[in-house]
Amino acid sequence: MLSFIARRLGLLIPTFFGITLLTFALIRMIPGDPVEVMMGERRVDPEMHAQAMERLGLNKPLYAQYLDYVGKLAHGDLGESLRTRTSVWGEFKSLFPATLELSIAALIFAGVFGLLAGVIAALKRGSLFDHGVMGISLAGYSMPIFWWGLILIMFFSVSLGWTPVSGRIDLLYDIEPRTGFMLIDTLLSDEPGSFVDALRHLILPSIVLGTIPLAVIARMTRSSMLEVLREDYVRTARAKGLSPARVVFVHGLRNALIPVLTVFGLQVGTLLAGAVLTETIFSWPGIGKWLIEAIGARDYPVVQNGILLIACLVILVNFVVDILYGLANPRIRHQR
Amino acid sequence: MKAHPLQAALAVALLSLSGGLLAKPLVVCTEASPEGFDIVQYTAATTADAVSETIFNRLVDFVPGTTDIQPGLASSWDISADGLTYTFHLREGVKFQTTDYFKPSREFNADDVLWSFERQLDPKHPWHEQTSLGYPYFEAMGFKDLIAGIDKVDAHTVTFTLKRAEAPFLRDMAMGFTSIYSAEYGDQLLKQGKQADLNSKPVGTGPFILSRYSKDAQVRYKANPDYYKGKPPADPLVFAITTDSNVRMQKIRANECQVAVYPKPDDIKALKADPNLHVEEMDALMTSFLGINTQHKYLSDIRVREAIALALDKQNFVRTLFGEGNATPGVGPYPTTLLGYNRALVDTPYDPARARELLKQAGVPEGTVLTVYTRNGGGATNPNPALGAQLLQADLAKVGLKLDIHVLEWGELLKRLKSGEHDLGFYGWAGDNGDPDNFLAPNLSCAAASNGENIARWCDKDFDALLAGARATTEPAKRAALYEQAQVIFQQQHPWIALAYPKLFTVVRSNVEGFHISPLTNNNFATTYVK
Repeated sequence: MLSFIARRLGLLIPTFFGITLLTFALIRMIPGDPVEVMMGERRVDPEMHAQAMERLGLNKPLYAQYLDYVGKLAHGDLGESLRTRTSVWGEFKSLFPATLELSIAALIFAGVFGLLAGVIAALKRGSLFDHGVMGISLAGYSMPIFWWGLILIMFFSVSLGWTPVSGRIDLLYDIEPRTGFMLIDTLLSDEPGSFVDALRHLILPSIVLGTIPLAVIARMTRSSMLEVLREDYVRTARAKGLSPARVVFVHGLRNALIPVLTVFGLQVGTLLAGAVLTETIFSWPGIGKWLIEAIGARDYPVVQNGILLIACLVILVNFVVDILYGLANPRIRHQR
Repeated sequence: MKAHPLQAALAVALLSLSGGLLAKPLVVCTEASPEGFDIVQYTAATTADAVSETIFNRLVDFVPGTTDIQPGLASSWDISADGLTYTFHLREGVKFQTTDYFKPSREFNADDVLWSFERQLDPKHPWHEQTSLGYPYFEAMGFKDLIAGIDKVDAHTVTFTLKRAEAPFLRDMAMGFTSIYSAEYGDQLLKQGKQADLNSKPVGTGPFILSRYSKDAQVRYKANPDYYKGKPPADPLVFAITTDSNVRMQKIRANECQVAVYPKPDDIKALKADPNLHVEEMDALMTSFLGINTQHKYLSDIRVREAIALALDKQNFVRTLFGEGNATPGVGPYPTTLLGYNRALVDTPYDPARARELLKQAGVPEGTVLTVYTRNGGGATNPNPALGAQLLQADLAKVGLKLDIHVLEWGELLKRLKSGEHDLGFYGWAGDNGDPDNFLAPNLSCAAASNGENIARWCDKDFDALLAGARATTEPAKRAALYEQAQVIFQQQHPWIALAYPKLFTVVRSNVEGFHISPLTNNNFATTYVK
């Protein structure tokens, strides 16, 4: 097992450097530099441009810039934003909890409803419910996030007035960001009603972000359940006279969950990608919006290190999943 | 109307009388985060709204809703006969904001004016290098080459000496980059080695004090009790950062904000029909135009440029792109409300037959391909860039020209247009200070043609001489006459097709009072409140 972990760890190093090289190169391949973008339509004085580029270290040859970047990384220095002059790590730290909170809520929504819908559809195979769930999940998978978000806002927020339109909390509550997780911060604050308000703000974005994972999980659960329910041990359990609920949830679902868990892991990437759009629709101050703005402004340190941090996160999740698979399935562990 | 969950509680909590009004919160749905709070480093209008319009003041101000100048931190000023010396008499008794991080020991005086300008002007100033991107507006407005010196006459008198007479100078002095900082606070930060704080913990003399900023979520201010014009009626003022225009409009419908900026032209009709909302509108200081690269083959010929103008069905273009009544078809290079707009100018008619004739005379073969560059996302001067390009493509096809459309990301578009790769470029200009020179010099002068800022790359010596003449005189009638002549040349030469003068819209709840929409697109909430 240790050598398996060491092998996986060994693979992380080239992956890490690959990402630094890729993000460094990609952002510089886009025409325009931070000074030009800041000036917009206005005149760029060549002298001022040269001074600014020198100050930012962008006048050096590309290889020297890359070595500077990697050198700083090795010292744990992620640099500072060219626009705001605040540290990239500081900005990431303040925005990431919002994305994480939303992603967790979306995953819970997708997991609970996806599993439930999948199990019922499998048990009622061929029924109207089954066809309905499968049809809706296909529609959910294909739905453009932007359109879906606006439809929900117009119906639930504007027409019915049940949920807020956007944001993380009603802005008349002045909540101090202690942890960055709004649900926790509202509990720590002394503003009555703020926790419930924060929870209400989470509903629509979680549904929108969780729709695609929900569709995937529902379909995967259904097919996995159908397979498991045909297994001999399920028939045996039924023959033993166990209650239908016990057969389905203990003997059936527990075994059907293994491939579903794989899908769960893969949804982390989907969630982070979907978060970019969901955050824009719901004015959710997370890392998706942050990165898009940074690309537009050619804020090199933010783009490079923001993507690097996200990539590290995905790598970490995959690493943990790999290890867990290794633990769960010895065949994977011994594969070379 | 939906009741606000905290409104009652907050009304009690925030009970404070100000000018006979009960202080109530005001939430404004804005479209982007400020780039930072050290306003001299930035150019975006959203940053100006969040910083220079709230936290800071300048020596002179624009009269709300106009481009006229009124006294600000300077209570009066004198201009020397040669137009080279401006003497500002500073207002006394103005206090800098008291915050958790700064307690001012003195009132505003001449040292603060010197600090604010010399920081940008003098490379030896200890704060000059404390910016990563330089001072973009100071540079772009040419202040570095304009100001010969700034002198403190006494604690409340400052003179600015210019290298040449510059009529737009006073209007420039009302722009965000001339905001007055506290020299005392600057010194404190320098001593503490906390220079970066100037960009996150600002101190000014303005109507609002920054209390919290959460990137992409909110900017929160409290009313400044020491504001020299009196404490503002809104308290707190909150900017709810809401990037998407559709969502901003849904939020104001749900009363989650009471003011929402920049609705899409398509939504105006429905917003006007909502009894809970009021749409404020005004002719913006903006021109949407199609720049024609006058240095490219065929396009250097005036006949070809005129043919393109004749081929475009401008009325249809403006109606389709902006929506009925949301923009006026353009004729001259700047909107009709500015000094010296030549009302005698008649727009080039839509006449494809004449266009064909001119193209034939100029020897342009049938099927000639021209490139047009446009941006990918919509903006105030071009709400739907791809559609605009397609409309032009269809019109040019009727006269035998093919159009190759390039839709580019904003930064890339700027780079390519400035380097002159394009044949045609959809572009726009929003006036900074209400002076005609601010439209003409950056976009149509010979100097701008050489640095690429003038995307038509058009240089006409007579036109340039008229601009220089108008800049050197401060007498409005004389200036107006010179600009009128310049516009005649512009129309004869067709370096652009002036497409439209867009209108500016801001949506407010019907119980909001004291909001003045500004043609300069900036938003000031010092007098705005919820009834």
